[in-house]
Amino acid sequence: MLKTFPKGGIHPTENKITSTVGIKKMTVPKVVYVPISQHIGIPAEIVVNIKDKVEIGQVIAKSGGFVSSNVHAPVAGTVTKLDLIIDTSGYKKQCIIIRTDAKNESNFEDIDYPLKTEITTEPKDILQKINDYGIVGLGGATFPSHVKLSIKEGTNLDHLIINGVECEPYLTADHRLMLEKAKEIIVGIKILMKALHINKSIIGIENNKKDAIEIFKKLTAEEKEIKVAALQVKYPQGGEKQLISALLNREVPKNGLPLDVGVIVHNVGTIFAIYQAIQHNKPLIERVVTVTGKKLENPSNYWVKIGTPIKDLVDEVGGLPEGTRKIVNGGPMMGKAIKNLDVPVTKGTSGILVIAEDEASRGEPKNCIRCGECVYVCPMGLEPHLLMNLSEKGMYEKASQEDIMTCIECGSCSYVCPSHRPLLDYIRFGKSIVKKLNTAKN
Amino acid sequence: MSAQPIIVSASPHVHSDRTSKKLMYDVVIALIPAFLVSIYVFGFNALIVTAIAVSSCILFEYLIQKFLLKTEVTITDGSALLTGILLAFNLPSSLPIWMIIVGSLVAIGVAKLSFGGLGFNIFNPALVGRVFLLVSFPVQMTMWPTAIENNTTLIDAVTGATPLGVIKEGLQFGETMTEISTKIPSTINMLFGFTGGSLGEMSALALLIGGLYLIIRKVISWHIPITLLVTTAVFTGVFWLIDPEHYANPIIHLLSGGIILGAFFMATDLVTSPMTKKGMIVFALGIGIITVLIRLFGAYPEGISFAILIMNAFVPLINKYFKPRRFGTKIKSKIV
Repeated sequence: MLKTFPKGGIHPTENKITSTVGIKKMTVPKVVYVPISQHIGIPAEIVVNIKDKVEIGQVIAKSGGFVSSNVHAPVAGTVTKLDLIIDTSGYKKQCIIIRTDAKNESNFEDIDYPLKTEITTEPKDILQKINDYGIVGLGGATFPSHVKLSIKEGTNLDHLIINGVECEPYLTADHRLMLEKAKEIIVGIKILMKALHINKSIIGIENNKKDAIEIFKKLTAEEKEIKVAALQVKYPQGGEKQLISALLNREVPKNGLPLDVGVIVHNVGTIFAIYQAIQHNKPLIERVVTVTGKKLENPSNYWVKIGTPIKDLVDEVGGLPEGTRKIVNGGPMMGKAIKNLDVPVTKGTSGILVIAEDEASRGEPKNCIRCGECVYVCPMGLEPHLLMNLSEKGMYEKASQEDIMTCIECGSCSYVCPSHRPLLDYIRFGKSIVKKLNTAKN
Repeated sequence: MSAQPIIVSASPHVHSDRTSKKLMYDVVIALIPAFLVSIYVFGFNALIVTAIAVSSCILFEYLIQKFLLKTEVTITDGSALLTGILLAFNLPSSLPIWMIIVGSLVAIGVAKLSFGGLGFNIFNPALVGRVFLLVSFPVQMTMWPTAIENNTTLIDAVTGATPLGVIKEGLQFGETMTEISTKIPSTINMLFGFTGGSLGEMSALALLIGGLYLIIRKVISWHIPITLLVTTAVFTGVFWLIDPEHYANPIIHLLSGGIILGAFFMATDLVTSPMTKKGMIVFALGIGIITVLIRLFGAYPEGISFAILIMNAFVPLINKYFKPRRFGTKIKSKIV
């Protein structure tokens, strides 16, 4: 039996149509739109002016505090504008717009650097570099990596977990990265193990990526300290808490962090970015993005410069197909629907999903038939139907008592509800109010 | 760009293909084997009773929603159809047509729509209809056409008691189980359903096939039916072991009356059963105990309908006290 987390979860149709398509290099866009807030935490502060010439990898916005991250120029060019543009959140955000120089666009021919396995950087410098080069969690949460790695003296840490699960349907960016950059990822793991003084790490990969499991098993055959674990295919196994539970049978306490059970989790994409930062001094200026959808002409995986307009990406795969009704930044379970294509790729963009009518429309909500499906699939042991009800009725205090804040917003409840009730919509709303109430109280 | 506007809605952007309607129709499909047996055993009457119950349930739902409540008409969601079938399955095939109609009115009008319709009802509508008829028209509701004797001969006109009725009556007259057992159908006949009883409750085998289908299709989980059957078997078994001359053995109890229909199709009604597996076990345990108490010591030979309705009333309480364990609240968290 393959390991998995014990409670709840679903298995949506995988639709990993791009899993056999190698990562291609995306054409460098003429203009990039680089938001200064591509991470959880305080937005970075802009340090360039209009008309400034910038080099690839130059810092254009500096970290605004501890939980913040630097932003670098993804292309060489001229800053044409500092403006508010709508990003994937749907809100207007401060953004640096750079027009790419025609000739000087590829002095960071990065991903094809020769493999460098020797780690010479000292632990404390590793952390500093991760901070300097703007590394954030590439799994989607975009939590600044240096913060995750700043561990208090005396913390009992024994496992580094590498998240190669990629449990969202459609997305294959991590899968392809694991296939094509496995050696680099292993060096990345060793870098982190050195920085954290940990001697055990596990790479968790779902069993629908057998080729990736194979490659890592082969590469780590000699390594006692790095284990590869094949996991049962189940969403939301990529959630940190679920992954830790699946691999180590440890339960992160309510309101707690993985550190509380001696674990730190990083996505494979982040590990690769860390490898590049430490071994090749390359800041986080590009990432793998899956551009996919059943009706697209050439769904593929791409190396994309941060700030590239999503429109360019969609054009690259043959444009929006007839009958497109939804464009999602991310996977179908947790991604954000965007209004149009004038939105840039950010550090958190793992995929662009184009959905046609048949999947785009929601079913009309019917009465709750109290089937309990939402309760069974909730990986956090919550009662979504109850939370929705309380939220709908404005009983936020009670919702808080029923642990509404524990919800990880995986959407499994909404996915299974046979009455098509918008459970997660209401729970999200309830969470936002409870959050406000809690802030007001403190 | 497509002509139609781009939809911006919150995640998730995909949905499973299960719908409430499909769930309802799955239950209807699961009831087909038992329905076929009832037609084989009771003939044309079984068809009539079911047709009347189904059509009047749907009609009442339509009329009440359209003209009385003036709300959206929901007759296509499959729930009224299902209530009709389940009600019919709980009636003797000889019941006068007007009584079936009254039962349907109570089931749909009182037990379902007055609570707010599908999802809001506390009690299983079909069972409310059945129990209403049982207490209002006890004579007609306990006249059972004896269906098949010696496995083959269909004797339509004769009415007789159900096995449980025979046992209850026999014990009241001071007969021992050994004497009574000559008067009740063989275990095999009870398993196949060649015995007297309500329309859809006699064939244990047909109901088990349907129940299995529901479990495989994940419409119901095993928790309620298995707990209920085990509880009944254990509880009646204890009495039988103590005094086999005064108490029927567990096999007779499991195969007779509405236990199996109740376990797989009535107690598992999604709306009126608990939401957690733990809750389901408690719920089914309660039904089992109450059923056996009524059967052995109550005034009625059969008790499953009452037991389910009684436990239906406890469901909100069960839901309140048997919650799923929240993730991250393991008492013993393994920390290195």
